[in-house]
This record gives sequence, structure tokens and C-alpha cells, in this order.
Amino acid sequence: MTTKKHRVLPGFGLSLGYSLVYLSLLVLIPLGGLIARSAQMSLAEFWAIATAERALAAYRVTFGCALLAAIVNAFFGLLVAWVLVRYDFWGKRFVDAFVDLPFALPTAVAGITLTTLYAANGWIGQYVEGVLGYKVAFAPPGIVVALIFIGIPFVVRTVQPVIEDIEPEVEEAAASLGATRAQTFVKVLLPTLFPALLTGFALSFSRAVGEYGSVIFIAGNMPMVSEITPLLIISKLEQYDVAGATVLAVVMLVISFVLLLGINLLQWWAANRHSGRHVDAGVQA
Amino acid sequence: MSAVRRVNSESRPVRWALLTLAFLFLFLFLGLPLLAVFAEALRQGFGPYAAALAEPDTLAAIRLTVVVALLVLPLNLVFGVAAAWAIAKFDFRGKSLLTTLIDLPFAVSPVVAGLLFILIFGRQGWFGPWLAEHDIKIIFALPGMIIATMFITVPYIARELIPLMQAQGKDEEEAAVSLGASGWQMFRRVSLPNIKWGLLYGVILANARAMGEFGAVSVVSGHVRGETNTLPLHVEILYNEYNSVGAFAAASVLGLLALVTLLAKTVVEWRMARETAMLNAELPPEKTDK
Repeated sequence: MTTKKHRVLPGFGLSLGYSLVYLSLLVLIPLGGLIARSAQMSLAEFWAIATAERALAAYRVTFGCALLAAIVNAFFGLLVAWVLVRYDFWGKRFVDAFVDLPFALPTAVAGITLTTLYAANGWIGQYVEGVLGYKVAFAPPGIVVALIFIGIPFVVRTVQPVIEDIEPEVEEAAASLGATRAQTFVKVLLPTLFPALLTGFALSFSRAVGEYGSVIFIAGNMPMVSEITPLLIISKLEQYDVAGATVLAVVMLVISFVLLLGINLLQWWAANRHSGRHVDAGVQA
Repeated sequence: MSAVRRVNSESRPVRWALLTLAFLFLFLFLGLPLLAVFAEALRQGFGPYAAALAEPDTLAAIRLTVVVALLVLPLNLVFGVAAAWAIAKFDFRGKSLLTTLIDLPFAVSPVVAGLLFILIFGRQGWFGPWLAEHDIKIIFALPGMIIATMFITVPYIARELIPLMQAQGKDEEEAAVSLGASGWQMFRRVSLPNIKWGLLYGVILANARAMGEFGAVSVVSGHVRGETNTLPLHVEILYNEYNSVGAFAAASVLGLLALVTLLAKTVVEWRMARETAMLNAELPPEKTDK
């Protein structure tokens, strides 16, 4: 830190002021409005709506499916990131760019396409449902499939740069000390990758919890069985039950904030662990 | 035992197994869906596909989608640059709070985002009675869809620019100002060329999201065909009417948008990497001319 000096660059007041006004109007006041609306209710009313049987079932479906999808994504995301960084193969750049498809493809398109693929007569569904007798589309497993699609890039993109940064000496040291490849992976590489992997998992989970577009087509949307919380909010709105929708939205919002806080802490943790090896180039004496 | 030769890699069979597994996963979950979009759209041949695309309602939906994106992007672009300028070039209290605030829309479910604006502008909302009195429609009309899309895409451009501008520091701008450049000159001649690729990258991502947004827009749209239906909403309507070719034809337009997005994004990434590499190559021998 240098001593406090006069600001040379112009535009501080303008840019900060504009950003604050914009964010307040677009984000802060609307979110405040949601909280204010729910505060008009008594606690007992709020609690009754938030813990109604159908709402509880919706939370179970939402969080259960999101958790399963995030676990699958953590595993395959790590695998894909590893393969992309460590192995050479033809078309690697193409595959690397392609991983971001779920970021670029609108969720409604993903929704109708996955439904068509996994329906009983679809390309995949005819084998999974027709031969194995396992129903995917129009049932909870379909939700998991959609959420895997939505969440995979989050894990790959968080883990990939960390794998790139691993210095070969670390693995060489482990190997020269007699560790097998598997031991090196579990004892040396995995702990290094763990904060990033956990962050990717949390990002994928957090996105999955709020996801709507891709899920509603494939879910079947049966109350108590395959109805996700965002859909329940919409069906309450369609019945002009704004209060009910507000309560569920507050519940989801609180959970999202807790997740966001957790993700920020994780990233801070990961960054601190990281800076132990790479001295920050920006810090000058 | 090949462990001595290549301590830093897996044995050959393991590598093959991992590669195969990764490819299988990517093919099943990403490749096949993308193929299916176009296969379903062309299922009855090219004629019905073209006819479905030429439907007036589909064309209107495409037009509306473009209009929404064209209105939303400039607003979020100006915000992104302003926020990144304040955060990256100055020190002030509450900076990390502001950064978190910018990220907030990422954490909010799109459906909840839509609901927020219903609570403000809807019939039972804060401004509902006043708006009804003055016959202004925001919810179930274009303004609501624009506001909801703005909310969803707020973070994209700012998030790209903040780390980029932080990494670039403020030496160049300070030099420009001390040499007598006005604020606008400094921004146009020094800052903008430095951030142009990052800016473009943010715009590409924000555009993909703005054009593809479904949940938030679905809550505030009136779902009137040909009027308040963006392309993703139109896909839903056609699909629910069992008009498979129509739905997938509309979806294929969005699929093309996704492919163009990925391509543009990759090109910009390469350009950015090349410029960083060139910059790093220039830097080390101390640039102390003058």
C-alpha cells in the first residue's frame, strides 16, 4: 500500500454512481420488494405455506435431483477436464470449445431435445426404457439428465485451469518416492484439485436448483413426484396465488444466497491455497 | 512397467479407458442432443422444415428475440464498463460487496427473477394500480420481458471485464491523463483498445443468454403468439401443441445461434491468448524507451 494520493484517473464518481443506481433499480430494490412482500405475512402463515406437503415434495425433488446431477458432474467434469489438459488427441480444441455448449444452447431447446431422446421411442429411450425397462423421460431420472446437461461446463471450467497449473515436479517427486500412479492421484493430485472440484460441484448444484427451462419438458411435472420448486412457483402464480409464490421464492432465494456465500468462501479458500505456489505478480515492493 | 519412462502419465490402457469414457459421456450428453435438434427439425424433409420456419408467428418470434437482445445488451454493456472501471481502477470501501451484488442474478432462479418484477409491476404489485390507471403495460408485455432479461444478463459483461482490467492495472491510463488527455480521449484511445476482446467476449455470452432466456421471460410474458413470444417461448408453445417439426425448426435456429456463439467465443479466446502472449513477449526486456 502506498500512501494515500490524489486520484489521477477520472470517472470514479460517475462510474460508481451509475453502477450503484443501475444495480439498485434492477437488482436490489426488486429483491428487497420480494422480502418486504413476504414480511407482510405472519410467521405462522409463511411457515404453513413454506412447509406444505406439496412444497416439501418439490424441495425434495429439486434438491435431490440437483445433488445427484452435481455428483455425476463432479466425476465426469473432472474426467473431461483431465483428458482435455493431459492427453493429446485429434480435434481436442474442437472438443474443448464444445464443452461450453450448455452455456450457449437455450434451455428450452435442451429440454425438448433431451425429452425426445429419452422418451420411450427416442434414440436413447428405446433402449433404456424399451429394453431395460427403466423410465427416464417424464420421471425424476429425466430431471437428473437435464441437470447433468446444464451443469457439466461449470465443473470442467473450474477444474481445468487448476490441472493446467499443476507443476510436473510434484508428480515426479511422488513417483520417484515410490508412489504408484493411483497413489499419486489420490494422495497428491486430488487434494490439490479438491477446492476447485468442490467449487465446480457447488456451482453446478446451485445452477441446477434454480433451473426451469430444460427440466419442465422432461420432468412429467407430477405433483409430489416430479414437480420442481420453480414450477410450483409458476403454478401458484397461474392460480393468482401471489403470496404462495412469494413464500416459495423467498425459500429458494435464501438457499441460493447460502450457496453463493459458500461458493465465494470456497473460491477464496482455493485462491489462497493457490497463491502459496504462485507469488502474485501484481504485488510490487 | 512403463512407470520409469513416463511418471507423469497414466499407463496406456488407463489412458485409453479414460479417453473413451470422457468421449462417451460428452457424446451422450452434449453431442447427441445437438444432433437430435437438427435431425428432428428435418425429420419430414427440407420442405416442411422451411415451411415451419416461414410461419409468420415463428418469424415474429425471431424478430422479438432480436429486439429484446438489441435493447438489453447496450444497457448492460454500459453498466458492465462503468462497474468494471470503478472496481478495477479505484479503491473504495465495500468493493467486494459490490462485486458480490453484481454476481447475485447468477444465483437467483430465473423463475424467481421473473416473479420479482411481477411483484413490482404486476396487477397486485407496488406500481400495479398506478400503471393500470395510466394504461401502461409492463408485465405480460415487451417492457417486462426486457427488464427480466436485463436482470438475468447483468453479470456477464462486468464479470469478464473486472479481472481483465484489474490485471491491466492503471499505468497506461495514468500516463495518458498526465500527458493531457481528456477523460473521454483516455477511455477511447487507451482503455477501450485494451479491453475490446474482453468486451466482445462478454457481449457474446450475454447475447446467447439474452436470446435463449426462458424461465424469467416466461413468467412475465403474455404468451401471445406473434406478439409477446420470444423464440424460446415459441418453441414451448409449438412443442406443447405436438407440432414437433415446427418446434424443432424453431429450436434449430437457436441451435445455430449456439454454434455461432461457440465459434465466436473460441475465436475471441484465441485472439485474447495471442495478444497476451505477444504482450508477455514484449515486456520482459524492460521497456524503458524515452
